[in-house]
Amino acid sequence: MRTNLTKEKRKPVDPGSKQPNTLSVSELDRKARFVVMFLILSGMFWLLFGTLLALVASLKMHLPDWLGTAGWLTFGRVRPLHLNTMVYGWASLTGAGVALWMLSRLLKVPIMLRGYIIIAGVIWNIGLLLGSIQILAGFSRGIEWLEFPVSTMVAIVLCVIIMSASVLLMLITRRVKQLYVSVWYIIAAFLWFPLLGLVSSLPIFDTPTVQAGMNWWYAHNALGLWFTPVGLAAAYYFIPKVLGRPIYSYGLSLLGFWALALFYNWNGFHHLIGGPVPTWFVTISISASVMMVIPVVVVAVNHHMTVVGSFRAVINSPTLRFVVFAAMSYTFVSLQGAAQALRSANEVIHFTHFVVAHAHIGMYAFVTMMLFGACYYIIPRITMREWHSKGLIKWHFWLTALGIIIYTVALQGIGVFQGFAMIDPDVPFTDTVTMTIPYLAARSVSGVLMTAGHLIFAWLMFRMVYRPGEQPASPLIWNKIREEFAS
Amino acid sequence: MMRNTILLFGIIATFAIAMFGLTILPKMFIDEGVKEPTYFTPFEVTEGHRIFVREGCIYCHSKQVRAEGFGADFERGWGRASVATDYRNLLPHNLGTMRTGPDLANIGARQPGRDWHYLNLYQPRAINEHSIMPPFPWLFEVVSEDARPGREGLRLPEAYRIPGMKVLPTDEARYLVTYLISLDQQIAGVD
Repeated sequence: MRTNLTKEKRKPVDPGSKQPNTLSVSELDRKARFVVMFLILSGMFWLLFGTLLALVASLKMHLPDWLGTAGWLTFGRVRPLHLNTMVYGWASLTGAGVALWMLSRLLKVPIMLRGYIIIAGVIWNIGLLLGSIQILAGFSRGIEWLEFPVSTMVAIVLCVIIMSASVLLMLITRRVKQLYVSVWYIIAAFLWFPLLGLVSSLPIFDTPTVQAGMNWWYAHNALGLWFTPVGLAAAYYFIPKVLGRPIYSYGLSLLGFWALALFYNWNGFHHLIGGPVPTWFVTISISASVMMVIPVVVVAVNHHMTVVGSFRAVINSPTLRFVVFAAMSYTFVSLQGAAQALRSANEVIHFTHFVVAHAHIGMYAFVTMMLFGACYYIIPRITMREWHSKGLIKWHFWLTALGIIIYTVALQGIGVFQGFAMIDPDVPFTDTVTMTIPYLAARSVSGVLMTAGHLIFAWLMFRMVYRPGEQPASPLIWNKIREEFAS
Repeated sequence: MMRNTILLFGIIATFAIAMFGLTILPKMFIDEGVKEPTYFTPFEVTEGHRIFVREGCIYCHSKQVRAEGFGADFERGWGRASVATDYRNLLPHNLGTMRTGPDLANIGARQPGRDWHYLNLYQPRAINEHSIMPPFPWLFEVVSEDARPGREGLRLPEAYRIPGMKVLPTDEARYLVTYLISLDQQIAGVD
């Protein structure tokens, strides 16, 4: 094992060295085309749907009587559906597509079981659709991050298991000796997420506080063991790839990966500080949250030292712009998370808008921006087409980046004041509500900016897929799927 | 292949240990004390809990009180610190993570009157003009003033009154309010 480590350190990422029986990069991409496009495009559909829900929920926070007579549009149904479509629709589907593509490139084998993955993707989308209807109709499971009925959740998990099988097959049949750091993260993600989903669907958590424990163990791990590894894999892949230089230190990559695996798993109970669970569980989670500083700083140093000296590329490359923004957000949000978990900080910011913004830095500024960056790199390569407009990509970046920055500053700023007001018994509770309203309105404005960014992204994607006047080589979608099974 | 084994083993092991530590272990520690007591939970309360979950109340109202000295929960009259037995084994749990609105673990003791709750659910701004709580008009029916003799409509302020009509709570509203009033943490533990 040790020899492998030192060898890989000197090897540039994804070297073009051709071995016999190895498919060329363009052949790999051609095989990945249909399945990756399918996953990314379905993810994009859920991104747009989830964005609409986000706007409705955000506006309702300061206009409570708007659409107030429609039961299915009440805040308590729209808000959880927003979270679920973004998490299991946009980030999971697109993330899976991005991860499978990276793995195919890194292991030099085509994506395996492509036909089955497409079927899984179709079932996944149907599951999301049915689950969405059920939440709006009032049949939510009522557990945060797990609002989809167990049926939808199990369907999603089974679909991920098919992808996991593909990932393991690719690992076994790989045409490279060393496993690059992104590969570890992707394999870990595809093993962790199905396990998480299955455990969370078990009917053994049948008393309220135990269920609450499972709830936050799951919710924190969904971010930490599914989206974070995929996001970090993308950062580790695209930063050296676009810059054309190897990652700074192999040793740091190794430390970062195993420290994350060791500590992130244990973070969940910091959501229950002060709650009705035995204190020592909470204390374990607080310690683990603080320990997360290690993998985060290690990854940050590793990425920073790789980029250092090439900041011009960050400005010029559409991919790097998003990826570096996302990687910086990861460092920021994780260090913030470690500080937030401390009891003294948590006493103030728990139950406030601060935490809502924190979650959005994680899922948006980190995961979503990373996926945008990855899409801008991957899609021209698998479709063999160039992006319609460089300027629009810039607009996409600045609208979304500015949007999430306004979101964070507004809600975290007022969140701190809200928290201090709430722990001061002399302040009437109503004041802790009224003080936030201008900032909730600012959040809606930031939401409009991000929506505009998403629409630009959708338009660029649309131009990529649909070219007026151009005849597609094989028009029938079913032929494509049959092809995927045959190859 | 050595590398694969270490990687896969490490991935599964780190997950499994923490899974045991944060889901199975709490179950072993907490369940024992919670499962023993038999709760007498009336139908109205279970149904009310279901509606509480359906309307997503938990996204703005936590239902867990922190101990005196940690935050101002106690000083605000939200009751003593919550314990595992306060939740009557009603699932899903609604401990919540947000206090856009006040904590509800003790709402039954703070607002024991049904009429207050009906009014607040039908139109929160009728009680507190600064409230940003959503209205829940679908838990109520608006009927002609002459209909259902003997049943008095909600006493709405002038601005929200509908001329010639009265607003009556449906069964769902009655269940939800029964559930809310049952949330009382003045008493030590649950009956």
